[in-house]
Amino acid sequence: MATEQTLTPSEYITHHLTFNSKPVGDGSFWMLNYDSLIMSVILGVLVMGLIWWVARSATSGVPSKGQAFVELIFGFVDEQVKNIFHGDRHSFIAPTALTVFLWVLAMNAMDFLPVDVMHHFVYAPLGLEHWRSVPTSDINTTFALALAVWFLMIFFSIKAKGLGGWVHELFYAPFGGAKFFKPKSALGYLGLLLSPLLFVANFAFNMIEYISKPLSHSLRLFGNMYAGEVIFLLLGLWAATGLTGAFFGAILGAGWSIFHILIVALQAFIFMMLTVVYLAMAHESH
Amino acid sequence: MNINFTLIAQAIAFAVLIWFTVKFVWPPLLKAIETRQKEIADGLAAASEGRSALEVAAKKSEVTLNEAKQKASEIVGQAEKRATQIVEEAKGNAKVEGERILTGAKAEIDQEVNRAKEGLRAQVSALAVAGAEKILRKEIDAKAHSEMLSKLAAEL
Repeated sequence: MATEQTLTPSEYITHHLTFNSKPVGDGSFWMLNYDSLIMSVILGVLVMGLIWWVARSATSGVPSKGQAFVELIFGFVDEQVKNIFHGDRHSFIAPTALTVFLWVLAMNAMDFLPVDVMHHFVYAPLGLEHWRSVPTSDINTTFALALAVWFLMIFFSIKAKGLGGWVHELFYAPFGGAKFFKPKSALGYLGLLLSPLLFVANFAFNMIEYISKPLSHSLRLFGNMYAGEVIFLLLGLWAATGLTGAFFGAILGAGWSIFHILIVALQAFIFMMLTVVYLAMAHESH
Repeated sequence: MNINFTLIAQAIAFAVLIWFTVKFVWPPLLKAIETRQKEIADGLAAASEGRSALEVAAKKSEVTLNEAKQKASEIVGQAEKRATQIVEEAKGNAKVEGERILTGAKAEIDQEVNRAKEGLRAQVSALAVAGAEKILRKEIDAKAHSEMLSKLAAEL
């Protein structure tokens, strides 16, 4: 505590927003945020393992309470996917949606851990000077998920339409493309001459779409979780100013936590829905 | 907030989790739920089938009941007819038997009367002989006149 009290507010915030980053190679890219990776892997194993533990003994008869709960989640995710994607959802897209939803939900929920309590009683005794509990407030995590979905999107697009169909769509959607026709007037000749420009427009549009999708997908989640974390830190700062600050900081912290339950669940849901929408769109031909 | 190797590590973790869910989590849950859905659907279908079968059975039982009632009344009618027939027959038989007994009795009475007449005749002839014997005593030989006397007795 003695060292903490000498920290300035900016040092306090910087301290809590620094990753446990270790180099795994040369260069600034070859750094690994152990906190994000370990927390997310633990949460993933915990959540999916729990579901798997229930699923492997799932009975078609009267379900246990645990199975009923898992089936509730299953039904919720399956219903969402069914409304968006009209193909064989059970072979890949629906299980992926379940994974994304539960994993992101669990990672977001780490925001409820009180940062200073965790630091002083768990991480610092373990010798971890810097340790961030919320993997989704690391841009690497959200971008990794969004990028994986992005690759899946391209994969399914090519799988559904063929490589030729996919390339064709890059140049012919959304405005349509040049077709050879016999012009009947001067204007017709002009049109025939200019119609290849549609390729450029179509391609530019598609590129913007392909770039904006993973960015908006990942940054939305990251921004929400990061902002939530910062607000907790600001309330923590206020709590350090004295009795009044501690009182109001605690009340506001509780309020923000309660409101944050909504954000945590909502962002996990939005991330899952966007994943499903992107993958479903990849299957549709234009 | 730099993009670094964590990106690749997290993507691998994500891929592994997706693979795990696709392979081990989703199929058993889906199977359990679909099996239960099918069981419930089958149960509902069986219930509605049973209901319709019940209706058919109720109709059938009503028809059978009506038939049975009709048959029963037929049988009762027949039995009544037969009973009156039997009573009539018995009456006829009794009449005949009565008449037979009556005629038998009459014949017996006639026989008795005849037998009594015969007895009386024999006794009268004996009395007549005895009377005549007393009257005639000597002249009349019982043996010689017995023939004549029995003729006389037969005429009585």
